[in-house]
Amino acid sequence: MKQETLKLSLVVAALAVFGSGSVHAQQTLTVVSWGGAYTHSQVKAYHEPFMAKTGVKISSEDYNGGLAQVKAQVESGNVTWDVVDLELSDAIRGCDEGLLEKFDHSILPPAPDGTPATRDFIPGTLTECAVGEIVWSTVVAFDREKFPEEWPRSIRDFFNLERFPGKRGLRKTPRVNLEWALMADGVPVGQVYEVLATPEGVDRAFGVLDRIKGQVVWWEAGAQPPQLLADGEVVMTSAYNGRLYNAIFKERKPFEIIWDGQVWDIDLWGIVKGTPNLQTAIEFVKFSTDTDRLADQAKYISYGPVRRSSMEKVNKRMKPHLPTSPDNFANSLQNDFDWWANNQQEMDERFTNWLAK
Amino acid sequence: MVQAAQTFEVAGGMSLKAALARAERRNKIRAFLLVLPLLLFVSFTFLAPIAQMMWRSIDNPVIAEVFPETLKVLEEWDPSGAPTPPEKAYETLATELSRGYKDRTVGRAATRLNYSMGGMRSLITKTSRQISRVQVGPFMEGRWKDKFLEIDEEWGKREVWTTIKYTGDRYTIEFFLKALDLGYDWDKSIIPEPENRQLYFLTGFDSVWFRTLWISALVTILCVLLGYPVGYLLANLPLRTSNLLMILVLLPFWTSLLVRTTAWIVVLQTEGVLNDVMMFLGIIDERIQLIFNRFGVIVAMTHILLPFMILPIYSVMKTIPPSYERAARSLGATPWTAFWRVYFPQSLSGIGAGGLLVFILALGYYITPALVGGPTDQLVSYFIADHTNRSLNWGLASSLGAFLLAGVLAVYVLYDKLVGIDNMKLG
Repeated sequence: MKQETLKLSLVVAALAVFGSGSVHAQQTLTVVSWGGAYTHSQVKAYHEPFMAKTGVKISSEDYNGGLAQVKAQVESGNVTWDVVDLELSDAIRGCDEGLLEKFDHSILPPAPDGTPATRDFIPGTLTECAVGEIVWSTVVAFDREKFPEEWPRSIRDFFNLERFPGKRGLRKTPRVNLEWALMADGVPVGQVYEVLATPEGVDRAFGVLDRIKGQVVWWEAGAQPPQLLADGEVVMTSAYNGRLYNAIFKERKPFEIIWDGQVWDIDLWGIVKGTPNLQTAIEFVKFSTDTDRLADQAKYISYGPVRRSSMEKVNKRMKPHLPTSPDNFANSLQNDFDWWANNQQEMDERFTNWLAK
Repeated sequence: MVQAAQTFEVAGGMSLKAALARAERRNKIRAFLLVLPLLLFVSFTFLAPIAQMMWRSIDNPVIAEVFPETLKVLEEWDPSGAPTPPEKAYETLATELSRGYKDRTVGRAATRLNYSMGGMRSLITKTSRQISRVQVGPFMEGRWKDKFLEIDEEWGKREVWTTIKYTGDRYTIEFFLKALDLGYDWDKSIIPEPENRQLYFLTGFDSVWFRTLWISALVTILCVLLGYPVGYLLANLPLRTSNLLMILVLLPFWTSLLVRTTAWIVVLQTEGVLNDVMMFLGIIDERIQLIFNRFGVIVAMTHILLPFMILPIYSVMKTIPPSYERAARSLGATPWTAFWRVYFPQSLSGIGAGGLLVFILALGYYITPALVGGPTDQLVSYFIADHTNRSLNWGLASSLGAFLLAGVLAVYVLYDKLVGIDNMKLG
């Protein structure tokens, strides 16, 4: 009897060990992104097919940008995030400061016609540590009902409080805002960064922002500006074009987008340095940035793919709403990541001081 | 005589003294084991992080790790003599910059230098990129300085080199200076930061530190003015009524801070309830801004902190016998004199406790000002969070935190000196 019990308990113990072993075999990859409609598009286009193909479980987490958590994880040696969706300047700075794994671009799958990935990606969307996914854009949107007769058409109008009175919404960062301030002051799109590279140019940009400072409501999360517009807290706001697409076409809000002066940027996948799931993370990045996956994402949100071959496959209905469609792209500016990677820290500090006074 | 020398023994032949000592020791160990979990918990979750924060506010390893050789050369350089260091310093820095460029450590150094002097980040990144492409060989002998100046004229400035020299200190008080808008001059004397980098202390009445202090003080005073009558009412009404009213105090107290703050947004926003009502009643013709400004912060903070004032005041007032005031009245005092000379002094310890609690909580307030305040209404904790999460300047975040902690302790000590901590009654 006693022997039986012993045997039984041994079997149970063995099963438990074996069982937990098989649980371990199912790997979990933590992918971090910006939440809301954007994360939803990635779950649909990347995560679900990847899970179905490999059996790896993906746990999706949200963040609000910045490198603080990544830095904390790398420095404490306790890395729990594997793949992070980064803005370009963070991707470059993270790489510079050794917070991200280097990425070998030659392993990325080629386009369907055989063009190697390095030539299929739009120039500048592959960096030493990160692989681009989408082109997104910061644009101005306004509430059509607030401007029945005359409505704003350009960045210059956004800064014109006399002709178009009312509160403005802007993201709480110097990025894009400095560029727009110069555009509103008459600097042509092509010369914005040239002017900004001089101390006088920066002073000039802050000077223009000073003129509207008292009328600005500052937002931080991408979901805020459509809400501010809907609540009537602002009459015009800067916003990410994808969030506006959702508000206009899915929630039927009476908003209109001003594409003039849009500042476009890219989001990239970066792999956190020292992740225990390095191989799986690389597989995920390879998988999610192939031609079909990138084209598929544009079904769910109006951000443009960074591969040329994907652009051809994008749904026709979505095309006119992408930042990269020719009508929208005419007077646009690419966020100069080099300038920002070098100057972000100084601009951020100056901006914070400027705001808090 | 023989009897006096005899020792008492307990059963088992052990001396009474030893047995007592053993029992005592056992009790001590038991008591210690009982508090041990809490002790461990507190040291892991409270003491250790605070110690680490203090450590980070002076810890300064980056430059010493990335440019060790350059720092050695710079040690011999006297900035008051020659405005720029010798050629050897340029050569050593060139080696260390290109090494740092290759193994990706130069970014950290550039960031660190930029905390001390604006513009250093771009200077270091640019220079390291270009210098790593320079062929090293005998033909570069004596030409490094020219090469640096060719890349950027800033390299001929004394301040650039003294910044590298002084940020090389393994431990530094620079972050504490920065938290007061101060910094090192080229001769390591302490001077104010350039005006557009000032924020915390030197910009006057509305600098971050003063703002934190006076908003906290104002909120505390408002809480006393609003909370004292409520406490009085609660303490003097019949029990049944006062219990009912007490629920009205406790219910918001138990509600999540975030819920109460966002409720204020609903009430105060431009298209919100209060504006609607005032428009409807014709009090205002145009919607007014009540939120995302100083007004919103003070209203919301006062409301949220009010229970912390009412509860101590109430519990103190509960213990004041009503017969004292009646006695004063029967001896001829007017109602006001009876209250002011007899009742009020006895309720002071409640105001003290509530005031201390509210003031200390207000000093560290973060969520409420962040949600209902504008950019010029943020208190010091906002900047701590900002430096932790965005600018990643953890040294400055820690030194701001250390100052805040010191401030709280100072308030506590001051209170102890003036009122006596023994007189504090929290309920």
